[in-house]
Amino acid sequence: MISLIAQQPVIPEFERGSECVRENKQFCSDWFFDNFDRVFGPRVVEHIELTAIAVGIGFVIAFTAALIAYNRGWFERSFAIFAAFLYTIPSLAFFQLMVPITGLSRTSAEIALVSYTLLILFRNTLTGLQEVPEDARMAARAMGLTQGQILRRVELPLALPAIMAGIRIATVTTISLATVAAFIGVGGLGQPIFNAIQSGFKTEFVAAGLLAVLLALVADALLVLLQRILTPWARARRV
Amino acid sequence: MTTAETGEPLGGGAAGLAFVETTKVYPGRNTAAVSNLTLEIRASEICVLIGPSGSGKTTAMQMVNRLIPMTSGDITIDGRSIKSLDQTELRRGIGYVFQQIGLFPHMTVEGNIGTVPRLLGWPKDRVRARARELLELVGLDPDEDLRRYPSQFSGGQQQRIGVARAMAADQPLMLMDEPFGAVDPIARDRLQDDFLRLHAEVPKTVVFVTHDIDEAIKMGHRIAILRDGELVQYDTPDRILAEPANEFVADFVGADRGLKRLRVWTLNDLELEPAGDGAAALPTVGEDTSLRDALSLMLVEGVERLTVLDPSGAAKGTVALETITRLIGPEKRAVEV
Amino acid sequence: MQTFVDAIQFLFDNLGLIWDKTVEHLALSGAAVGVAMAIAIPLGVWLGHLHRGSFLAINVSNVGRALPSLAVISIGLGLLGVGFLNVMVALVILAAPVMLTNAYVAVEQVDPDAVRAARGMGMRPLQTLLRVELPLALPLIFAGIRTAAVYVVATAPLAALAGGGGLGDIIVNQPTYGPEGVVAGSIAIALLAFATDGVFALLQHFVTPRGLRKRGKEPRLEPQVETAAA
Repeated sequence: MISLIAQQPVIPEFERGSECVRENKQFCSDWFFDNFDRVFGPRVVEHIELTAIAVGIGFVIAFTAALIAYNRGWFERSFAIFAAFLYTIPSLAFFQLMVPITGLSRTSAEIALVSYTLLILFRNTLTGLQEVPEDARMAARAMGLTQGQILRRVELPLALPAIMAGIRIATVTTISLATVAAFIGVGGLGQPIFNAIQSGFKTEFVAAGLLAVLLALVADALLVLLQRILTPWARARRV
Repeated sequence: MTTAETGEPLGGGAAGLAFVETTKVYPGRNTAAVSNLTLEIRASEICVLIGPSGSGKTTAMQMVNRLIPMTSGDITIDGRSIKSLDQTELRRGIGYVFQQIGLFPHMTVEGNIGTVPRLLGWPKDRVRARARELLELVGLDPDEDLRRYPSQFSGGQQQRIGVARAMAADQPLMLMDEPFGAVDPIARDRLQDDFLRLHAEVPKTVVFVTHDIDEAIKMGHRIAILRDGELVQYDTPDRILAEPANEFVADFVGADRGLKRLRVWTLNDLELEPAGDGAAALPTVGEDTSLRDALSLMLVEGVERLTVLDPSGAAKGTVALETITRLIGPEKRAVEV
Repeated sequence: MQTFVDAIQFLFDNLGLIWDKTVEHLALSGAAVGVAMAIAIPLGVWLGHLHRGSFLAINVSNVGRALPSLAVISIGLGLLGVGFLNVMVALVILAAPVMLTNAYVAVEQVDPDAVRAARGMGMRPLQTLLRVELPLALPLIFAGIRTAAVYVVATAPLAALAGGGGLGDIIVNQPTYGPEGVVAGSIAIALLAFATDGVFALLQHFVTPRGLRKRGKEPRLEPQVETAAA
């Protein structure tokens, strides 16, 4: 079913496995816990790495682009179209198409993953800046803050909720897409899934899937928490 | 402290402000928004700019801190042209309060008030002390309110914080653009009273823009009436009401300008007649009552004389209906004795 | 660049294949969207009408959006095995949350004055729902369906990994169809996603009661995210 890019199927100790494994029941917890360190642990780490690098680089690019677009309107259109175009490419295709250019490497995966983060990070950062209340901007100007000071002390902090929302969406989207990256063999939680497609070992399907879901939900929750910590004024209400 | 000689940034005390043939013409328009405005505001005075919409009052004020660039003419602060000052330095020396308030939602009250001081490099302690001092001055609670966020306050309270913020660095000049316009009439009244009280304590030079003639009469030492970008009359409230320069001003201040004049003065400003034998039977009124309220009381009670009491309640003297009405009559007696 | 040209060539050479796969793709997507609608819309509308369950209704889409699509398919593969049904279930799980939240918010935030007027005129709750709340809520409900539909069409390629068929079959089979096939498949999916968006935009326009039609943007709950790459 899968192209020749997938790795050798791993049928973990099939012969010596418990009855659960031999019958290929839906989820064999004994096998899961026994093999976690070897099979899943490193994949989780790889997955986090893939995601963190992609969102990190994507943010640097998108943030810079948003700052430029904030001052030069024409740039907004161009970059938005560019980022939207990238976003339209189906991930399975994007990963594969990178291979002839940058090989079966993390770089290929990262280029694709970074590309997918650009649209949301760009749009949210730019919109966040544009939605800063006009009267706060006017007060800052009149008080004698320089353009740079207004950006750093007023506009960026007030854009923070939108920026954080963008980071949050970009992160969970990347976690999702990073599972597909295993198609070109770069590891992550997609690897056990693709292995399982070859071997048909159900526990691997369920375990890898659950771990990926868990990772995504935990990341989402942590980012929500971070957003709340960074924006204490957003929760304050009339006494 | 004058800055004309030292060339240092403005700070402390109160500065004199002068418009010198100041003109603003927007590109592509035939008529000037502000046309050759010339007027002088003495230090520590509150000067009200008033006029109908389009009169140029806000434009004139916004040229002072260069939010709007002048087309021609000049504006001087303590004799020094604002064109000779660095724009940022200029603005840090001028407090700016406007109708939409513009507090920074993401900063605490202390953060908001301390914005300019921190820019000027004040140490943290000094900033905090100053914020506390100012909060009390504007009628809020330093202990509770310093660490709150703007969204936790009512509109009137927010504007008080706005005023405190505009005074934080002891700026010698303050610009206020319809600052109390966005609150309900009762809150506005209190804000006006409190600001006048504040000004008595900390007499900065203030330029105050409004479209409300009653507010202008209440707040201003002198009022500048603008129309279509031109200065029509510039004088004390009493004299504008007593002698409007032309029909426009007479219309603008209202047909009841005679009665309005009575609001400007209180019984304190009159020389009272001694309390005679019949004084005890007369209705009484405090010495701080405005002449207008006194007149109203006499009409309501159907009497022609009132007994005036001092703060302790003792009778100071009496005042006759005729005395009051003659003040605003054709003889145009000066009120002040 | 050459590959792109080859891909166009591929499209023309293999119209039959593309057509078959597209039909499969649409069948799968359509089924998933249909089932998701049948579950999410009535539930969302009902909760919104009662003004209850807001925490659930609003947060379910946050959770739903976070679910990694391949992971959900994977769990499905483990629990339900290979095939059309399994993939469809996974897609339903991915599509339903957005629809639910939109339907809830749409009905919940209908102008309360209109509802009050209806009740005051003597309409019973069900009548109020059908004659007043639903028509006013339709635009936003439709926006949710539209977002979900585009997302499903763009995510369905993953179905090929699980035996679900569709245009993904071409993309995952580079050995058979070559890189030009991969590009061709991608182009086809992208066009399909845009077409879906367009069709739903049109539907949304017609479904909006005439009095509510405004010039400019259609209502959207989610940030403007067009086609979700999967």
